[in-house]
Amino acid sequence: MNHLPLIIKREYLTKVKNKSFIVMTILSPMIAIALILVVAYLSELNNDKHRTINILDETGIVQDAFKNEGNVSYNDLKNMSLKDAKELVKLTESYGLLYIQREDNLDSISNHIKFYSEESPSLSVISNLESMIEKKIENLKLQEKGVDLDMLQAAKTNINISQESFEGEKTSKIDSVIKLAFGGAAGYLLFMFIIIYGNMIMRSVIEEKTSRIIEVIISSVKPMQLMLGKIIGTSLAGITQFVIWIFLGGIIMSIVSAVFGINMAQLQSPQEDMVKQAMENPEVNMQIQDVIAAFYHLPIANLIIAFILFFICGYLLYSSLYAAIGAAVDNETDTQQFMLPVLMPLILAVYIGFFTVIEDPHGAVSTVFSFIPFTSPVVMLMRIPFGVPIWQQLVSLLLLIGTFIFTVWFAAKIYRVGILMYGKKPSYKELIKWIKY
Amino acid sequence: MSNILEVQNVSKSFGSFTALNKASISVPKGSIYGLLGPNGAGKTTLIRIVNQITMPDSGVVLLDGQPLSPLHIKDIGYLPEERGLYKSMKVGEQALYLAQLKGLSHKEAKARLKYWFDRLEIGDWWNKKIQELSKGMAQKIQFVVTVLHQPKLLIFDEPFSGFDPINANLIKDEILKLREDGATVIFSTHRMESVEELCDDIALIHKSNKILDGKLVDIKRQYKTNTFEIGILTNQKSSLELELSKKFQTSAASFKTLGDELKLNIKLSEGEKPNDLLAYLCNQGEVSHFVELIPSVNDIFIQTVKNN
Repeated sequence: MNHLPLIIKREYLTKVKNKSFIVMTILSPMIAIALILVVAYLSELNNDKHRTINILDETGIVQDAFKNEGNVSYNDLKNMSLKDAKELVKLTESYGLLYIQREDNLDSISNHIKFYSEESPSLSVISNLESMIEKKIENLKLQEKGVDLDMLQAAKTNINISQESFEGEKTSKIDSVIKLAFGGAAGYLLFMFIIIYGNMIMRSVIEEKTSRIIEVIISSVKPMQLMLGKIIGTSLAGITQFVIWIFLGGIIMSIVSAVFGINMAQLQSPQEDMVKQAMENPEVNMQIQDVIAAFYHLPIANLIIAFILFFICGYLLYSSLYAAIGAAVDNETDTQQFMLPVLMPLILAVYIGFFTVIEDPHGAVSTVFSFIPFTSPVVMLMRIPFGVPIWQQLVSLLLLIGTFIFTVWFAAKIYRVGILMYGKKPSYKELIKWIKY
Repeated sequence: MSNILEVQNVSKSFGSFTALNKASISVPKGSIYGLLGPNGAGKTTLIRIVNQITMPDSGVVLLDGQPLSPLHIKDIGYLPEERGLYKSMKVGEQALYLAQLKGLSHKEAKARLKYWFDRLEIGDWWNKKIQELSKGMAQKIQFVVTVLHQPKLLIFDEPFSGFDPINANLIKDEILKLREDGATVIFSTHRMESVEELCDDIALIHKSNKILDGKLVDIKRQYKTNTFEIGILTNQKSSLELELSKKFQTSAASFKTLGDELKLNIKLSEGEKPNDLLAYLCNQGEVSHFVELIPSVNDIFIQTVKNN
């Protein structure tokens, strides 16, 4: 008798009807958007604060390097003693005092620059000051050596190498960025999905053990069927939640931007300015076309098929392990010792994805880890946008499916024995023994 | 087919631990069969093998003459000792789900559940969650779910635990009624008085081996010691006692009486008839008590387990 649909239905319905599931489904996007708004609001608040930096330049040669910009303005204090200047800065409660000491030559000037302030200044302010002074002193040094600055300016060139594959497909840096974004999103999604819903499966197995219903159930169904039903039912609930999140997120986002429309526009003003400028600039306009072209360059069909296959197999691989862990223990606190070896390859995969694949998508490390079954779903998904030969994808997928079948068998063994074991906290040695039962 | 269940030479070991060693039992159709044994003897393993939860290492299990197969799941109703229900699921939904797992259609399951819920007067629990019910109430639901698909063979592991005396009686009557309707019942319990009361046949499992089985009456006959408990009113208590102890094997007995009787247990040796003893006693005084000592299941249990 095939009870799989029945089990899937129950698992799905109990998950979806669960109060905390419903609350999380509705609240999560709201909380996320509320957080974004708060962060945006706070950064706006921060940016609004006007900063005045006083400059006491005894040399008189650097002071014209500072140009008021955004919410930072510079105030040149002329002919004042350092002591008076400090008093003044304290009195006016301005942000700080930049002091450039009189020295004989440019080198020692650059070594004797100080910044006084009440509180330690922000890193960006200091680095901004540093770069302005550096540029000025560099220019002064060049002038000293007799270099014409205008000529130097005119000689500056901006190179943008356009890339093209042997087949004549044009690629660009933007291409890479978009590929990375696609791969990264796919890999990260899988990672999140495994962690959230793998845990949910584990908890549901433990629940069956602690409520002692398990023996009643498996006198009617095979443990394997029960396990698969659980995994599939929970996954469907997970997909439902994800879809609702996306829709709800979209709706809330558009409502929020409609209500706080003006506010949002203000928030984005720097970017908007850039976009406006970009539109007027034919060169950047080209780049936008490149972005659109880059989308078309992505192996879309391959990406979608591979995403579905690797996502399903990778997810099933890990979730069967989660189910086995749930079966092996009596309560959630005992799961820790088994969680680590499951999480390790997963975290490794994400690290490799975000560090190695970005650096060199077809290098040895990326390639090898896109074949190893426990890391391949994440790593391969990140590599595919960069173009992976079909045979490599197939081999990796076959390895993954093989391992997946093995882990499901392995997990089912543990599951079959574990669900009937109570009161014992099993060791790894004992788990191996269970396999032989 | 007189036996509904035949377990033949079934062995099962877990690693180096032998849970069952060539155990064989035969459960006659329509009987109430008691499966007894100390804790950890292997009863649960045997029951799980019959339920196809665990596979035996060797040996055969026949249900109605057929080797066990997944098709038999619907023929067996099993109430495990470790039992429970989904806490956050509603009673009705849950019972329907479990019934469907046993192969009933949704419609059929609903109709039968309605019948049982009405019968046990628990109809208004349908939309309650299990966590709102008491343990005894949940046990009732569990019982209904076990018998709902009208299995030929019912296996109850400690069915009365968690019930108050009234509900235990109710369940006992239901079990007897199920037997009348043609079901066979296997009982695993430590409550010897319910074995005494209900079982026709028993098997005793100890340390993975079956050490005793058969009809309860036969076993009792086998274990009886030909001992009679007697009470006699006489003026010469001590001289009669002395005389009796010369003629028979006697020992002191204690039971409640109204007078000042001489109370003794008298064990007859082979060839001696109880009627002769009674005739002899009648001449000695007024006999107020003459009872054959029948070993209780409890005694048999303790004695057999100790001897092994």
